[in-house]
Amino acid sequence: MRDTFVKTLISLAKEDEKIELVTGDLGFGVLKPYFEQLPNQFTNAGIAEQNMTSLAAGMALEGKTVFTYSIGNFPTLRCLEQIRNDCAYHNANVKIVCVGGGFVYGSLGMSHHATEDIAVMRALPDVAVFAPGDLCEAEEITKAIANYEGTCYLRLGRGGEKRIHKEIKNFQIGKAINVKNGKDVAIFSTGAIFEEVEIACQILEEKGITTTVYTFPTVKPLDVKAILECADSHDLIVTCEEHNVVGGFGGAVAEVMAENPSKARLMRIGMSDEYCVKVGNQKYLRNEYGMSGEKIANKILEKIK
Amino acid sequence: MKSENLAWLIRRHGIEMTHLSGGSHIGAILSVADIMAVLYSEVLNFDCNNPKSDTRDRFILSKGHAGASVYAALAENGFFPVEELKTHYQNGSRLSGHVSHHLPGVDFSTGSLGHGLSAATGMAYAAKKDKKAHKVYVVLGDGECDEGSVWEAALFANHNELGNLVAVVDHNKMQSMDFCDKTMALSNFAAKWSAFGWNVIDINGNDHNELKNAFNKKFENSKPTVIIANTIKGYGISFMENDILWHYRFPHEGWEYDNAVLALHKNKPADVVDPYTPNGIENPAEIPDGADIYNDHTTSATWHPTWNKEG
Repeated sequence: MRDTFVKTLISLAKEDEKIELVTGDLGFGVLKPYFEQLPNQFTNAGIAEQNMTSLAAGMALEGKTVFTYSIGNFPTLRCLEQIRNDCAYHNANVKIVCVGGGFVYGSLGMSHHATEDIAVMRALPDVAVFAPGDLCEAEEITKAIANYEGTCYLRLGRGGEKRIHKEIKNFQIGKAINVKNGKDVAIFSTGAIFEEVEIACQILEEKGITTTVYTFPTVKPLDVKAILECADSHDLIVTCEEHNVVGGFGGAVAEVMAENPSKARLMRIGMSDEYCVKVGNQKYLRNEYGMSGEKIANKILEKIK
Repeated sequence: MKSENLAWLIRRHGIEMTHLSGGSHIGAILSVADIMAVLYSEVLNFDCNNPKSDTRDRFILSKGHAGASVYAALAENGFFPVEELKTHYQNGSRLSGHVSHHLPGVDFSTGSLGHGLSAATGMAYAAKKDKKAHKVYVVLGDGECDEGSVWEAALFANHNELGNLVAVVDHNKMQSMDFCDKTMALSNFAAKWSAFGWNVIDINGNDHNELKNAFNKKFENSKPTVIIANTIKGYGISFMENDILWHYRFPHEGWEYDNAVLALHKNKPADVVDPYTPNGIENPAEIPDGADIYNDHTTSATWHPTWNKEG
């Protein structure tokens, strides 16, 4: 996903000299193709995320489209006020890119787990929030935000994600993508956890349970229409995210459902308002914290039995 | 307008605006007034009829709590009516206590310290990349230099040789609760900037000639420049000078307001008209016996920890 982002940005930046990539001293190897081909549209701002973010705002106000790049919580929580006051409040064309949403850097420990970033970024007015579920979505979002006026947050996985969508026709900011239709349960997923949702759906289907699946590459603005349609036609809505259930994607869906009564119940799957204290890779931690395909399927079976 | 005249008007507006609104930070407004006046009368290239002109110099008041000073400078330079200054802090006004860019002539909103130098650095960096000739000016507080982000920006601006960036530090030696030296010492302040690779000019920041010479100084290198403008907090009104009380207290109706205006009128340039009290104050209220002035209001005056003492 990281490489797809870089590849897409290279082709965009070649066509638009206003595009700038500023890294907080991360992306060894990964950003090489970018800075070798576009040396004048690249900056390493050092290990100084606060300066990087205000700097990007200043550059954006001078006409640049600036992508700031770092990993985990460094481009968001470390410089939250710079995003709020300097980027969002000024409607600056800054695109904050995080590599490593959720447990991507699993074994590195809690400092490197981005598990509250969606909630925090979603709470800022004038920040659009994106979490691609596969390589197709990553490519489409990168193109879309490069042409979007204003501040964006792009939360990427890292590598090894699959291309799950065959193709995305007419990608639009704020529109959920319908992956399949069933009648028993509707599953909404955002970000790279989509691959676990795919596994969960297979398990459920083997047990005769049919699923409607939407991915939400845009968490903000949220596709309220898709949520309400599913809430009218299904008994159970399930949200999946590699993130705390408080305030994030599941929280956003809960806000919509609370204000629009329907027949559907809601179950949020994600981190249960806790920090990860276990050590292991992304797959391992997803399972330990109840977000593996099997655990997702089991939670749904438990709910609908 | 002559810089001395603009400085006087900034101070007079500052007294009126904080008096009417009950607003804070008159001490900082008075210390930075000369810097702002020289910038807006002699240094910055701007056009009040085209505030977004691409060739203008960019300016950020990073110590956004002295917002009244930039509002006054802009109004006196035709960006909006001087009359509007009286709406400072009021319901429905465009003039928030801290600097807002929702006002013609303001390039960047501030208020949280430690942001302005980074934003100015981004503006200067973009201008340098695009080979544009304008400069970027930013005014910081000395207390603001407690913020680590200031030094992140200082590193970046030096590394990228941003010779088009000029920072001015309003070095009034005081911050929110005490003197800087009693809060978090800025030891060897000029040497710090120098060690970060900047051109450093150390001047009396309440002296217009020294300010003008500093802004005019050319360096044979492409480093960013910092002007350390040594000022006096509350400058121009003796009972406010160097007293931290006036970081927050506003000139109240009665002797405080009357004597503040009187103090300014003692040094009023002959060709300036006071827009509020053209004849000064007739029958001013006298400073009462026991008035809480010329007293030490710093934290360290009454805070005496013992953990760091021997024995």
